[in-house]
Amino acid sequence: MLSFVLKRVLSTIPVMGIVALTVFLLLRLSPGDPAAVIAGDYATAEQIARIRTQLGLDQPILIQFVRWLGDLLRGDLGVSIFSNLPVSTLIAQRIEPTSMLALTTIVFSVIVAVPLGVLAAWKAHTWVDRAVMVFAVIGFSVPVFVMGYFLIYGFALGLRWFPVQGYRSPFTDPGLFLSHITLPTLALSAIYIALIARITRASVLEVLEEDYIRTARAKGQAETKVLLVHALGNAAVPIVTVIGLGVALLIGGVVVTESVFNIPGLGRLVVDAIQKRDYPIIQGLILFFSLLYIALNLIIDIAYTLLDPRIRY
Amino acid sequence: MPPVLNVENLTVQLPAGADRLNAVEDVSFSVAPGEIVCVVGESGSGKSVTAHSIMGLLPRRQFTIASGRVLLEGGELLTKSAAEMRAIRGDRISMIFQEPMTALNPVMKVGDQIAEVLDIHTDLNEGERRARALEVMEAVRLPDPERMIDAYPHQLSGGQRQRIMIAAALVLDPALLIADEPTTALDVTTQAQILKLIKELRERRNTGVLFITHDFGVVAEVASRVVVMQHGKVVEQGTTEEVLRRPKHDYTRMLIRSVPSLSPPARAPIDNEPIVLQTNNLTKTYVSGGFFAKRRVVEAAKDVNLLVRRGETLGVVGESGSGKSTVARCIARLIDPTDGAILIKGADVAKLSASALRPHRKRVQIVFQDPYRSLNPRRNVGASITEGPVNFGMSPQAAHERARELMRLVGLDPDALSRFPHQFSGGQRQRVCIARALAMEPEILVADEPVSALDVSVQAQVLELIDDVRKRFSLAVLFITHDLRVAAQVCDRIAVMHKGEVVEEGATAAVFGAPQHAYTRALFDSAPGRNFEFGKFET
Amino acid sequence: MTDTAGKAIPIGATMFGGWRPLAARYPFVVVSAIIITLTVLAAVFAPLLWTTNPLDLNPLQRLRPPSEASWFGTDQFGRDIWTRVVYGTRVSLAVGIAVAVLSISIGLFIGLTAGYIRILDGIVMRVMDGLMAIPGVLLAIALVSLSGASLTTVIIAITVPEIPRVVRLVRAVVLTVREEPYVEAAIAAGTSLPMILIRHVLPNCVPALIVQATYVCASAMLTEAILSFLGAGTPPEIPSWGNMMAEGRAFFPIAPRIILFPGAALALTILAVNVLGDGLRDRLDPKLARRV
Repeated sequence: MLSFVLKRVLSTIPVMGIVALTVFLLLRLSPGDPAAVIAGDYATAEQIARIRTQLGLDQPILIQFVRWLGDLLRGDLGVSIFSNLPVSTLIAQRIEPTSMLALTTIVFSVIVAVPLGVLAAWKAHTWVDRAVMVFAVIGFSVPVFVMGYFLIYGFALGLRWFPVQGYRSPFTDPGLFLSHITLPTLALSAIYIALIARITRASVLEVLEEDYIRTARAKGQAETKVLLVHALGNAAVPIVTVIGLGVALLIGGVVVTESVFNIPGLGRLVVDAIQKRDYPIIQGLILFFSLLYIALNLIIDIAYTLLDPRIRY
Repeated sequence: MPPVLNVENLTVQLPAGADRLNAVEDVSFSVAPGEIVCVVGESGSGKSVTAHSIMGLLPRRQFTIASGRVLLEGGELLTKSAAEMRAIRGDRISMIFQEPMTALNPVMKVGDQIAEVLDIHTDLNEGERRARALEVMEAVRLPDPERMIDAYPHQLSGGQRQRIMIAAALVLDPALLIADEPTTALDVTTQAQILKLIKELRERRNTGVLFITHDFGVVAEVASRVVVMQHGKVVEQGTTEEVLRRPKHDYTRMLIRSVPSLSPPARAPIDNEPIVLQTNNLTKTYVSGGFFAKRRVVEAAKDVNLLVRRGETLGVVGESGSGKSTVARCIARLIDPTDGAILIKGADVAKLSASALRPHRKRVQIVFQDPYRSLNPRRNVGASITEGPVNFGMSPQAAHERARELMRLVGLDPDALSRFPHQFSGGQRQRVCIARALAMEPEILVADEPVSALDVSVQAQVLELIDDVRKRFSLAVLFITHDLRVAAQVCDRIAVMHKGEVVEEGATAAVFGAPQHAYTRALFDSAPGRNFEFGKFET
Repeated sequence: MTDTAGKAIPIGATMFGGWRPLAARYPFVVVSAIIITLTVLAAVFAPLLWTTNPLDLNPLQRLRPPSEASWFGTDQFGRDIWTRVVYGTRVSLAVGIAVAVLSISIGLFIGLTAGYIRILDGIVMRVMDGLMAIPGVLLAIALVSLSGASLTTVIIAITVPEIPRVVRLVRAVVLTVREEPYVEAAIAAGTSLPMILIRHVLPNCVPALIVQATYVCASAMLTEAILSFLGAGTPPEIPSWGNMMAEGRAFFPIAPRIILFPGAALALTILAVNVLGDGLRDRLDPKLARRV
């Protein structure tokens, strides 16, 4: 068991290496002069030269990589061109709203989606199933920000149940936190719920075709137990997998949602960086989110061992 | 004594568009306490549907029970509600299925799966359930029940899993046990043990057993009475003696005659023909494990020495894991041997590179076990047959002509070359595969369990075809099988393999008549119905 | 004979036997197909559909509500919203189709080679895992930021993150097909490796790839809109739905239609493509339902 964990941890190293390499090469392999692109259309030659030195682009490429890698391992994700603050500091400042939003979204989505998917599988090919799948495909297709604006139009501007935008910390005022976080969570959850519900339904349906389900019925087991104990128990692995993979989608959605709802988190940081062409921030955030994603999937991999004894032994 | 089970005029309909109206029609039979009734038939005979109807496990979207009665200990089953049926299943009737590998929930301990039956039908607490589970695990003769009760299915062997299934089925002492092909997926030696177990339990608990099978050997071994089904109807039934020795219906007679006998016919020795295929110390070892996993070495084949002469059929007999398939695939160079020599008319092909191997590929052709996966479903059979010759430079027209000839030879319509595999039956597909192999004009034909997936009536025809082809083209045939009866009938010589090694070898009659090695003896002793002479009718 | 024919496997020719029964059984898919056709027609015949010039600034007509003259009203620069929504179909379809074609072709090539040449397999899959770890939107943003905004850049930027998923799909098919007896028979018949890939492996990939192509198309349209909305997508001169929504942000409380009309058009199109994808999947390759 320990060797399994160790193996999984070690196998993430090459993946992280690829991520680091890709991000490193992004800047250096782009057409034209990256320093000029970052500096913008109206930059002077001096400004371009300054940016080039600041980003270390004037050094031979191997030295650049080694220094960059060294910085990375020390937790240095670069320095913002405009604010001159280390990217890691900026991330630390903005991380709370984003993590709160992500947390509420994941929790809400899983609580809603898994039972929906199981229900759809149980009542497969009936109107219940179709209804769930129709909702799922809509959630999957309507872009997050469109959903966001429709929600604002309906519930904030129209019914005035929720504020139009903004964020309040749960540590200062839980009530306000909830009212501000509801619409963004709903907008962001739509796609996540759709994805999880679809995969849950498909996995449970597939499991229900297995022989051991027939054995359970042959023992006289009640249908609910067959579904919840036997079927779900075996469908758990693919469902947990998709929850992990879905986080990648979530990250993209967070950026947009924070933009629509004016939440001062990491997503807004990205948008500001785009407008100001502050490339180190974009780069730093890519690294941050990627490593987060890899860590999350590692935890999920290890969680599999709890779910499936065949992996353990 | 009143019968445990009474099936009266049962008719189950298939959905519209199926190949016939009813899955089963007007089926009637009964099972008395302590009696084993075998329902015998080929695929599509409706025997499984009958069993599932009795249990109430038929998927309602596909099957409708049109008429008839099913009485369990006098009580009508078909009119019971879903809840009432659930109360009966596992308690008064139990069922065990064919594939022990997939019939157990992989993420649940086997002890819990037995205890589940108790949880559903009794009020016993957890400790009492565990005690009862241990009891029944001992009754089915599982080794070390205290440890095994907490194991997971993947940690057990096929035979052990089937015993767990039997344990779960019998823990509440049902009046009727339905066994749907319970030993078909097991090795011959394991099968013998399970059959013995079922007979024993039946005696001790006086359970009525409804045993579904397609294997007449099993029927001869365990049945008190036999019910023969074809196309959903019962064509004949009676005591084992009556049906096997004095069959009345033509179909029954045909089926029984198709069962190969365990006594090999006399065969002329083929000593003066040249040796076409020879393996010297053929070895295949699999090594798995890397930095962190334990290093596992599996010797799939070890120092295997075989030889086959022109016009001769050498049978390689063994159970799963014996290495026979590995040897076949090494010889066909589908996998690379770790060590040893493979001599085709003297030329060693064991270590040749892919390009050097190419000219030799023509000389060895292989027919596989699964007729449903041996042909590319997206290409018509003509393309599959002509692929080989065209690879070696034959023009497409000439190849097509040859394909037509070969289709005729294997007993199929040459115009069918433009059809796709799914339009042929299993037996027909096997013929196409034989035609494909012959298209290359090989000297050696490797047949890897070519009839194991076919019904017994079709089996006889395909075996005849292989024999015919061997004589016509003077082929050397390497015949891999686990079925002793088939081996007895078609092979001139046999080699018995066990755990990667050849343990005994010789002329078929000699090996069958006087087996030398302990394993060979155990193997023959396990053959079901070995004391029964099929086909010797008394009418 | 008791030997019966096996189950039929759908083959190209018999795939859609007759459209009438099809319409009855899959109403949603047929509706989606119609919507997509209309979208394509709108893109092709845009100038003929009662539109004016999408770039026409008309400050005197700014922020007019919907009327006879202007069906969807005008935005803050006086541009006709209906016109811009119709012309927006061109961008979305161009991006969707281009990304789908590119990612499938590249992914197919990589997947086939990785699946069959074992030495490459390990490296390729690690690289794919690495690429999949980077959130697609962020990667696209980075690529666009570095190369300057243009339609081509956006297409390439969206294609790159879509490739790993296609590679995994193809590789999975290759690994299963490789074990099939008919492939072994082909090897025994002396068929060369490239021919085995083309003749036996590739046809097995096609259904899954068709389905995946539709999903990629929908995803690409979505991503383009997100990128444009964030300011890292198509240049502002090109009337894309994402751009329209980005520009309409400031005026949302007064004139929500500037965002809502293109938003609805976008959602509807993506929805139609996804439903089509689901329909194709159910018909061609039901096993795909379990994959992300």
